Amino acid sequence: MAGLSREEVAKVARLARIALDDAELERFTDQLAQVLEHAADLEALDLAGVAPTAHPHGLANVLRDDEVRESLPRAEVLAQAPDVAEERFAVPRIIGEAP
Amino acid sequence: MSLPEGWEMVVGLEVHTELLTRTKLFCGCANAFGAEPNTQTCPVCLGLPGSLPVLNRRAVELAMAIGLALHATVSPSTFHRKNYFYPDMPKDFQISQYDRPINAGGYLDLPDGSRVGVERAHLEEDTGKSTHLGGTGRIHGAERSLVDYNRSGVPLVEIVSAPDIRSAAQARAYAAELRGILIASGASDGRMEEGSMRIDANVSVHRVGEPFGTRCEMKNLNSLRSLQRAIDYEAERQYALVASGGVVRQETRHWDEDRGVTSTMRSKEEADDYRYFQEPDLVDLAPEAAWVETVRAGLGPMPAERRARLAALLEDPTEAQLDAVGTVVDLGVDGFVEAAVAAGVEADRAIARAANELAGEAHERPGLSEQSFAATLRLEQSGDLSATQAKTVLSTLALAGGDPATVARELGFERMASGELEGLLERLVGEHPDEWRRYDEGDDKLAQFFTGQVMRATRGQADGKAVLEVLRARRGR
Repeated sequence: MAGLSREEVAKVARLARIALDDAELERFTDQLAQVLEHAADLEALDLAGVAPTAHPHGLANVLRDDEVRESLPRAEVLAQAPDVAEERFAVPRIIGEAP
Repeated sequence: MSLPEGWEMVVGLEVHTELLTRTKLFCGCANAFGAEPNTQTCPVCLGLPGSLPVLNRRAVELAMAIGLALHATVSPSTFHRKNYFYPDMPKDFQISQYDRPINAGGYLDLPDGSRVGVERAHLEEDTGKSTHLGGTGRIHGAERSLVDYNRSGVPLVEIVSAPDIRSAAQARAYAAELRGILIASGASDGRMEEGSMRIDANVSVHRVGEPFGTRCEMKNLNSLRSLQRAIDYEAERQYALVASGGVVRQETRHWDEDRGVTSTMRSKEEADDYRYFQEPDLVDLAPEAAWVETVRAGLGPMPAERRARLAALLEDPTEAQLDAVGTVVDLGVDGFVEAAVAAGVEADRAIARAANELAGEAHERPGLSEQSFAATLRLEQSGDLSATQAKTVLSTLALAGGDPATVARELGFERMASGELEGLLERLVGEHPDEWRRYDEGDDKLAQFFTGQVMRATRGQADGKAVLEVLRARRGR
């Protein structure tokens, strides 16, 4: 797990749309490497007999019934929008396409 | 379209279907098409800080119903966040299933006897709906985009086929059969025009026996016809490219229905990196066996079984009759046919009338019941109504309702008295001696002439078949 490169950190930052300058890139590469090293400690443990866990607590099947609840008033919702047109959230033009 | 000898196309389909729940996947906002923009939202589906998703039980049941109808295995599953930046997802991630989907490993048998594998059918949430202003209306020219979040968080099941499809016609047949299964399982209304069923197609071409070629993904396939046309176009495009020494790039392509071409929308050279990770706000989904079996037991008959049931009513059915059976099942009007047959109507007549006269949605014919449909066809079968009259009675009943015999009387459809038709023809033969002589000498085309004359004289109320019988009987006398 060791040996996190600046390029990898730069890529993760780009994917998350976080702009980092060179000093920050240096600092966060260092910090992130430490976090990963800490997690790598787990690899030293013998977990052969332990079933994989998807969640820290043992709950499953937390469900709700299919019953309609009141939605928010539209005026209140649109008040959150940076800009509004035709009762919709107006956003800068989209380049590319949703996945 | 066909690729040259030795080449074949490989197609896999990803079908998204909205589920017929009352509420969204993770919140209690209504799941209803066509509401005023942004009137069905709350902190959860708007992605406001501090809101927490809770899974909809009914959505899980419908997802299992789809999986079971496709012979898949329901397994314990988890939810992941698929991260991307696009304003139709206000959270900046979509909750989906990744490495542990609820359904995996099924298949779908097509009417032509071929089998297409279904790799998985997983639960995920829909995105909001964007409208693009300015420019040409296409995404690239838009000045501004407007977003309606009513659809954000609506439950979807994505059904991923194996790359088992080898022609555009087979892809269309798969999509049509799947649509029928989604409707029959009660999971979806299958309305492609409203976007409740959406299809993406992965297409590649290769020389038979060699590894698969690089695939491209087609989007904007809004009808079964678009699906078929786009796949044929794309396979030809890729073949022409490869044959001239070019290389297919992996990319997403947009189908332009008006121009009949696909064009690059987004390159996939930098493989999509959605940084999937486990959704920490949701726990595992592990439906117990008893629940799965309850859903399985609740599944009604699927289209293939229903087609077989109707076809069995026919003796040695023709291709056209089998097509009509397929239409009846697609329209979901099996019940009308069965009620008519139970009332003594010939199966052939019942199937033909159901296929041709019951198109459209059930709500477009509120006045027509299975019983009044059957009664009308009985009147036709007994000769009290001609075929044309029976169809008019059906369309009248559809809107206004009522008793078929009464409606027929009100429309002035009296059965022609015995001998009346003979008398009418006697007169027409006298008026058109040349035409009669030619018919009498064996020119069958003149039968049409006399039928037309009879229809004119009776304002379309005569029974065409009866006219032919009288004509034939009169011949050579």
